[in-house]
Amino acid sequence: MADIFDAYALADAWDEMFVRPGEVRTAYEPVLAALQPIEPSELRFRADQMARAFTDRGVTYAFAGEERPWPLDLVPRILDALEWDLVRRGVAQRVRALEAYLADAYGHARAFEDEVVPWRLLLGSPHFHRAAHAVEPPGGVRIHVAGIDLVRDEAGAFRVLEDNVRVPSGVSYVIENRRAMTRIFPSLFAEQHVLPVDGYAQRLLAALRAAAPGGAAGDPRVVVLTPGPSNAAYFEHALLARLMGVQLVEGHDLVCRSNRVWMRTTRGEVPVHVVYRRLDDDFLDPLHFRPDSVIGCPGILSAAIAGNVTLANAVGNGIADDKLLYTYVPDLIRYYLGEEPVLPNVESYRPDEPGQLEAVLDQLDQLVVKPVDGAGGQGIVIGPKADKATLDRTRKAVAADPRGFIAQRPVALSTSPTLSGERMAPRHIDLRPFAVNDGDDIWVLPGGLTRVALQEGNLIVNSSQGGGSKDTWVLAEGPAERPEPVDAGPIPAVAPRRLGPDGTRAVVPEGAQQQ
Amino acid sequence: MNDVILSRIAESLTWTGRYVERADATGRILDAYLHRMLEDPWRDEDAACRSLYAILGVDAGADRVDMQQVLDQLAFDARSTCSIEGALGAARLNARSAREAVSSEMWECLNSTWHALGDRRRAARRTGPYAYLELVRSRAALFFGLADSTMSRDDSWRFMVLGRSLERVDMTVRLLSVRVLDAAHAPDWPTLLSASGADEAYARVHSGFGDTPRVAEYLLLDRDFPRSALHALTTAEECLAALGRPRQDPARSPVGRARTRLEYLDTASLEEQLPVLLRDLQQACMASADAVAERFFPYQGPVEWAQEGA
Repeated sequence: MADIFDAYALADAWDEMFVRPGEVRTAYEPVLAALQPIEPSELRFRADQMARAFTDRGVTYAFAGEERPWPLDLVPRILDALEWDLVRRGVAQRVRALEAYLADAYGHARAFEDEVVPWRLLLGSPHFHRAAHAVEPPGGVRIHVAGIDLVRDEAGAFRVLEDNVRVPSGVSYVIENRRAMTRIFPSLFAEQHVLPVDGYAQRLLAALRAAAPGGAAGDPRVVVLTPGPSNAAYFEHALLARLMGVQLVEGHDLVCRSNRVWMRTTRGEVPVHVVYRRLDDDFLDPLHFRPDSVIGCPGILSAAIAGNVTLANAVGNGIADDKLLYTYVPDLIRYYLGEEPVLPNVESYRPDEPGQLEAVLDQLDQLVVKPVDGAGGQGIVIGPKADKATLDRTRKAVAADPRGFIAQRPVALSTSPTLSGERMAPRHIDLRPFAVNDGDDIWVLPGGLTRVALQEGNLIVNSSQGGGSKDTWVLAEGPAERPEPVDAGPIPAVAPRRLGPDGTRAVVPEGAQQQ
Repeated sequence: MNDVILSRIAESLTWTGRYVERADATGRILDAYLHRMLEDPWRDEDAACRSLYAILGVDAGADRVDMQQVLDQLAFDARSTCSIEGALGAARLNARSAREAVSSEMWECLNSTWHALGDRRRAARRTGPYAYLELVRSRAALFFGLADSTMSRDDSWRFMVLGRSLERVDMTVRLLSVRVLDAAHAPDWPTLLSASGADEAYARVHSGFGDTPRVAEYLLLDRDFPRSALHALTTAEECLAALGRPRQDPARSPVGRARTRLEYLDTASLEEQLPVLLRDLQQACMASADAVAERFFPYQGPVEWAQEGA
């Protein structure tokens, strides 16, 4: 019988669902069995339902100037318990190392004295803020929330592609994707035990409260600081504030006086202790950073320095997710933690080191070149796919500013079956797990955001570049871990319902026949 | 002047309010439950479904129950007023027999909802109940919204709001009862919150999460949340105060007594008091509903006439 997987041809990459054509990976067996008998028109119907539900809920993103529903593919991406254990440990390890690096860089600078990382990396970084030296973060936490981008290479091994420890976004889509999938496609979940994702907001709030300055021990007030409704991630800011039950504030809702932060309310000014800010450093405080920022809050950095308010994530974190620093992270893990990296990097070149610039320029057409502080997939040049003009332009740019770029081996990202028209087709995907650090423990949200490059062969998955997403399932471990069923006896009977007239008449009133 | 309403109409209005509220609440509970069960890796489908039956006061029978059976019996069964479809059908027929007392917009809302249910039910059997439950929720909100903006605040209005309020107390008490009497099989606190539509409101007030017994306090005692037992009792009492006798009113006094008890309850010992409290609340609602029926809807069964000496 023909089905939607019939013409599925594996691309030249690791496929998440199939070992080879026709041979499915164990974790995907139930999902494949559930999807195979479904008619393409039926899948379309569900996809449309999903798009409408997203539009109604306001889960949209701006693409070419219009509001599009968030693109969620119907086929989930599945990680089994073993794979997830590796990812979870790797992500947590990475965050621990980056925390140690930040504490060091804004403290004793041991790693630089010991020549693990060159000084110029710190001093030349546009995200290095001297003001951050003075901030003493409560609990030693600077990275309250991290998003670590992973890819799976040709051999199926996870590798870190980049770290995001400033304002990582996308977690709202993880929550919304699951919500949509369980409602639109409940039958898919029938056979497998998928770890829930709805504990995120609770973990985040606990971490933010734990990060409150010492003075606010009793009941610290947490707010989410957003640039405003026109920001692309505003939906996420509102969702997190709503789930945590805290205020969503804009810069001008806050006022700083004598190094304390207050918010303006109808009951007067109310003190604020923790600001989960979703603004870049540059816009945060016009007194310290860009003076033309109208979305920031003047004086908030001074309040943070005075120890009266905690900014999450901390100011100056940008030095830790600089893409050039990325190339040093495995060394940092060994240096600070004395451990071997759980998740390797993608092989990279540092054009700013002697000898490497020439090597990069020589084989530019076989490398991926990335600007060190680019975001959203901007400015990335994929050598093997670029035309000559682009390569020439890139060659000039790299030669002029070697510190501004890194070069990497092109990784053929793993593929996953994705609905394309009436058929399933392999599309490249990545994974962004989210980690929350409350000072005692680094918790990683089971799953994370799987992004899909919807065009065939495309390797850039950002939604601003036409990317989609998948619900990411982490399977619970086998029944060995299952808690003993509590035998609490029979379920108690609760009083029966009151029944009233159901509106039907016992006797048919025939006396009033219409004529 | 037209300031009186027929007993029959009053009864229909009370039950219209009650049934629409029942459909709404049942829809919310099913949605929260089904969603939770999909998200919970350790679910025990049979036990979870049984606790649902217990909440909704339906006998689950002896065999294993699964979600499909839950939906068939508690959502799609048009013959039972304990299911969504049955409740909405009964609300529609009640509204039809009080056609001149409810506004046309309200009647059309119920009628079109009833006719739309079939399509959604068929879609639900194919793709899952989400769209069905969503329709029920949004139409219930539309119905009460239309009542709010198109009905005079006269006795008709009060009877409808009274029915809705008593049903609300009843539903909240049922939800909590299952949790209190049998915590092992019952849904967790956050699910109870979302089943009452209270998750976001609770998070705002307590700036935290509903994973503590404080949820019970919120659902019973909160003064501001419209589905809390206290709020619903207060509303019911206001209606009865305007409808009934000024004192010694057998309909009003059980509600008023329950309201004052909740109002001044010692929250520290709430947990120990809960089983008794919940039972008393349920009895208060029943006593009040019986007294209302006795006083306002004196019921006379259809009289059969017979020829003397025949």
